Amino acid sequence: MKLVTAIIKPFKSDDVKAALKSAGIAGMTVSEVQGFGRQGGHSETYRGTEYQIDFVPKVRVEVIVDDADVPGVVDTIVAAAATGKIGDGKVWVTAVEDLIRIRTGERGADAV
Amino acid sequence: MDAGDAAWVLASAALVLFMTPGLALFYGGMDRSRNVLNMLMMNFWCLLIVPIVWVTVGFSLAYAGAGEYIGNTDWFFLKGMGISAEDAGGDGGTLLLAVAFLGMFACITPALISGAVAGRMKFAAWAIFVPVWIVLVYCPVSFWIYGGYWGEGVVTGFLGARGSLDFAGGTVIHINAGIAALAAVMVLGKRRGWPKEGSPPHSMPLVMLGTGILWMGWFGFNAGSAFAANGTAIQAFLNTFLAAAAGGLAWGIVERLKDGHFTNLGVASGIVAGLVAITPGAGFVSGMSPIYIGLAAGLVCVFAVRLKFKAGYDDALDVVGVHFVGGLTGSLLIGFFADPEFFGGTNMAGLFYGGGAELLLEQAIAAVVTIVFSFVVTFLILKVLDLIMGIRVDEESEETGLDLSQHAETAYQTAGQRMERV
Repeated sequence: MKLVTAIIKPFKSDDVKAALKSAGIAGMTVSEVQGFGRQGGHSETYRGTEYQIDFVPKVRVEVIVDDADVPGVVDTIVAAAATGKIGDGKVWVTAVEDLIRIRTGERGADAV
Repeated sequence: MDAGDAAWVLASAALVLFMTPGLALFYGGMDRSRNVLNMLMMNFWCLLIVPIVWVTVGFSLAYAGAGEYIGNTDWFFLKGMGISAEDAGGDGGTLLLAVAFLGMFACITPALISGAVAGRMKFAAWAIFVPVWIVLVYCPVSFWIYGGYWGEGVVTGFLGARGSLDFAGGTVIHINAGIAALAAVMVLGKRRGWPKEGSPPHSMPLVMLGTGILWMGWFGFNAGSAFAANGTAIQAFLNTFLAAAAGGLAWGIVERLKDGHFTNLGVASGIVAGLVAITPGAGFVSGMSPIYIGLAAGLVCVFAVRLKFKAGYDDALDVVGVHFVGGLTGSLLIGFFADPEFFGGTNMAGLFYGGGAELLLEQAIAAVVTIVFSFVVTFLILKVLDLIMGIRVDEESEETGLDLSQHAETAYQTAGQRMERV
């Protein structure tokens, strides 16, 4: 089992969610985060004083999938989240040691 | 008193009261989210304590008798005031109406200072400062401009008697509170990290809401000061409308040219600057004059607010830059634009209306006297308070926010935050 984590632009989260559902992914966890990479922040001016905001709001999407499904899921996310403009984000894959469904107690692949 | 006049003044009094919560929101939105409740409380406190001070001693000190410098005690505790009809020897309640209406002005004047001391003043110190300031600063200054009028029918206060004009409180309220704010921040000191660490407004929607409430309330502030539903009130109403619009335009456009964007904060600040500037002249200027006065206030104040960085005083929400400078600008401009012929008034005319420089001189004198007195006495009050109890919160409170340390409240719950009953 693998954890696929994606940092995407917030306005793309509906597209990514819909694409993952179409690809048969039954669940995901979404959180609002802040960060920056090559895309810088922005500035605001109040009564002549300029303020610099370094962080950019992003959305983190986390999905746990079977090893075999990983390439498909990654491609789905990238295709749905890309705009071609700076700040599109990143996707990474990490290993999951164990997975348990709380309601039924199922473990491992049965719990995905 | 004519029923129509009384109805209008009653409505105006309610409008002016509403300006204090409006001001609270205007300032609160500009402040940090961790301090917004403290800002609101400093303003609401004025609505709690000042009415008590006003009806016990304040009104009498600000208006009673025929002295030159301060009122007497004749009207302490509203002695002798009633609502019996004129044919029964009473005044129908006219004097009580004056107490109510003018009391609203007394409430908002110290509230103006709260914007400057934002984020670092102990609430207990503020709570004591307000009533003390009313008695020692507001009442005398008010008496100098307006004193004697309600008892004698003619102004005996030495500044008003010399012919200086202040229709609704440009000197008594804005120059007074504005310079008091400067004294206050000089005793209090800068916020930690100022000016390097800035804090932008935490809620611009609150600022705009507050601005709208202030503008609407200001119709009561200015037009209500005619103390009648007459032609002067009508012109004061129109002046208030136009000066605000002109001020907002001027500030907004200057910011667009200087900083690149037409901002809500700029427009809100300009509107308030225009309203402040028209306050002293609302019942003395006519025609297109309010537009010129509003434009001038917007233009002068947009640059005046940048002064604090050069001079090194932390006037957090620009009380000095907007209220002091705006009030001073408007008060001096009466020296140019006063048009007694339009109003059928007996006051001096401004330079553009056939008068000489005499009125301008009187406006300047009233301003200087008020500035010196208010600055010195306010400074002393706070110095003494600081010695007795300390007026500044400790470092940790300043960092974590005054809402929690001064009031044990938080304004906004973050998503997922849990609170359990004890």
